[in-house]
Amino acid sequence: MAERVLMKGNEAIAEAAIRAGCRHYFGYPITPQTEIAAYMAKKMPKIGGVFLQAESEIASINMVYGAAAAGVRVMTSSSSPGISLKAEGLSYIAGSDVPALVVNVQRGGPGLGGIQPSQSDYFQATKGGGHGDYRMIVLAPASVQEMASLTIKGFNLADKYLMTSMILADGTIGQMMEPISFEDAEIETYEKPWALTGTEGKRKHNVVNSLYLKPDQLEVKNFERYERYKVVEENEPMWEEYMMEDAEYCVVAFGIASRVAKNAVAAARAEGIKVGLIRPITLWPFPKKALAAAADKVKGFISVELNMGQMIEDIKLYTQCKRPVALCCRCGGMIPSPDEVLESIRKAQKGEF
Amino acid sequence: MAVVFEKPKALADIPLHYCPGCPHGIIHRLVAEVIDELGIEGKTIGVAPVGCAVMAYDYFNCDMIEAAHGRAPATATGIKRSRPENIVFTYQGDGDLASIGMAETVHSAARNENITVIFVNNAIYGMTGGQMAPTSLPGQVTQTSPYGRDVNHCGWPIKVCEMLATLEGPEYITRVAVNNVKNVKNAKKAIKKAFENQIADKGFSLVEVVSACPTNWGMTPQKALEWVESDMLPYYPIGVYKDRSAAKEEK
Amino acid sequence: MKTTQILIAGFGGQGILFAGKFLAYKGLLEEQQISWLPSYGPEMRGGTANCNVILSDTPVGSPIITAPDVLIAMNLPSLQKYVDTVVPGGQIYVDSALIDAKVERTDVEVFYIPATQMAKDNGIASLANMIIVGHLLENHPELSFEGTDEVVNKLVPPKKAALVELNQKALALGKNYK
Repeated sequence: MAERVLMKGNEAIAEAAIRAGCRHYFGYPITPQTEIAAYMAKKMPKIGGVFLQAESEIASINMVYGAAAAGVRVMTSSSSPGISLKAEGLSYIAGSDVPALVVNVQRGGPGLGGIQPSQSDYFQATKGGGHGDYRMIVLAPASVQEMASLTIKGFNLADKYLMTSMILADGTIGQMMEPISFEDAEIETYEKPWALTGTEGKRKHNVVNSLYLKPDQLEVKNFERYERYKVVEENEPMWEEYMMEDAEYCVVAFGIASRVAKNAVAAARAEGIKVGLIRPITLWPFPKKALAAAADKVKGFISVELNMGQMIEDIKLYTQCKRPVALCCRCGGMIPSPDEVLESIRKAQKGEF
Repeated sequence: MAVVFEKPKALADIPLHYCPGCPHGIIHRLVAEVIDELGIEGKTIGVAPVGCAVMAYDYFNCDMIEAAHGRAPATATGIKRSRPENIVFTYQGDGDLASIGMAETVHSAARNENITVIFVNNAIYGMTGGQMAPTSLPGQVTQTSPYGRDVNHCGWPIKVCEMLATLEGPEYITRVAVNNVKNVKNAKKAIKKAFENQIADKGFSLVEVVSACPTNWGMTPQKALEWVESDMLPYYPIGVYKDRSAAKEEK
Repeated sequence: MKTTQILIAGFGGQGILFAGKFLAYKGLLEEQQISWLPSYGPEMRGGTANCNVILSDTPVGSPIITAPDVLIAMNLPSLQKYVDTVVPGGQIYVDSALIDAKVERTDVEVFYIPATQMAKDNGIASLANMIIVGHLLENHPELSFEGTDEVVNKLVPPKKAALVELNQKALALGKNYK
């Protein structure tokens, strides 16, 4: 059996990042993710890495931009209001096609909101946040183990596709402790011939840039980027199916909501309701095929979210509204109980969506 | 035939987009000459701003990155902290450095970040067509201060060198100008020192270059340079505002 | 399938989270599935603190406990808040030195331990939490006192080695309390 250690979700992200070869962290304190910065501040100086507390979220994401352009594995982490501030940098990083890892341990919003867990940045993460046509790979861990493994995966994917990987976690997964193991971590490395390293007089100068004043050139850049995104959409969707084999109803939930939903699914099964769960692990690329396949066999969906209903739009989109989709949600830092989810499942069985 | 004048190697052989009479060309050249003289082109990484110099990434032959508006010192920090062996400079205007990017400026100076900042102060937003800058002079007419900058309404211009010199952090803070030959020569010396400081690991060096914007000031290039002398320099005096190493030597 | 859901609640500073951590580490050494979820934020400083610990031989679903098998209440507001959430047949551990009230429910097993007073009397004022944990390990059918020394050794940082003995003392006081 692999050696297990007990870790907080936030610490697991930090440790996994270090194991993935990340030696540069730039951030700004905000609850509920500050453990990541604290862990980095403690560890980085001892392993020849850089931890730097920036003057703002904006500065920190632009430091990430610089370090990413210089060709190193780099990350920042924040929580919802801080991610809004980072949106500018996320757009520049996307427009310059450099890889970075950004962690959002979500809290309730909008505005200053609260500090309790939330999933209300789903739109921001999967649909944009910053300006312009761009995508980020959005990974939604549902356990402390996944906080670690998806962080490593996120670095690999970012380097592979030259884009930002975002870990979209929440306060609960960030703060909780579970046993984890790092033994299965696969670290991939990629050549970065585009990086700013100094020409050494041996090559033409590299330029990392998102400005194209000629519209036809900018269009081509966007086309090229979206070709790459297509490959991501084809190859990288990840999801988990739970009790879906004979399911007549399908709960869709990610992150902490999926943990609650699993309890509810088990309870509903005990009542004889044939219900299963699809848990998207990548929110972008969204597991379209899994949802489309489910739409062909189930009578309806129940989207369980810690927001006012954001992922439900993607469920409807990718099932082409073939089946009704109910929403079971809490927000502002509240989490639905398994009983609330169970009640939604019961209602769905009665045809109440 | 002997070559008596040529383009610095660090400067790309393409036409610059700057307006006729704009001193950006001079300042680019000074930076490139210094890079040549120090033999550091192969390890220099430049950070271009948002503003008139936005396309500086095309004009220098070293590796370049285009930063978001005001964030050049943060981006430069990220690069320098990743590649301490490289030479990293930013080239920023007054709106970029002293308005939207003031926090990044102050904090990179406070950290004594080992980078070189070239700060071109022409008291106006050039790229967007002549709006009031954080360094526009009291009474100065711009597109967004059409009745002259009213300090009671929109505050006073910021003296960046004087302000940064109050910080413990930075190594070298100086103001130069490029309105006449003598000043251009001194500007080059300051820029060279700012790069040499970085090579010697001394830390944050900022050279404020008082420049001109004939187009948006609505003046001929000649008149604009005269206005630098008559109006800009009295408010923004040339001089060394902080030089930690020199101060130590004096002691 | 055995799953024990333990909710520990009290004031910030009573070692609520540490008690939970202790139980979680014990589960780790026993190769169980575990989740440990604290309350977080400013409310922790002097306000109420609580900690959800789930020990199971199958993967843990929701880490949020809505119906605990075990409630440890270390102040009155916590007892009042959670007493009705305990599953029938569950256990409630009450620090009776701080809580005068009695549990009126008859479908749960209640243990009253004057832990805070016992801790004071024995010169380990900050370890009432561990006295209750000792009592819990001794009295819960799914838990055991065995292996506590190893957990204490793992949890107490080397700099504070003196605390090892004191924690063991607290656990033993709880174990032996009748």
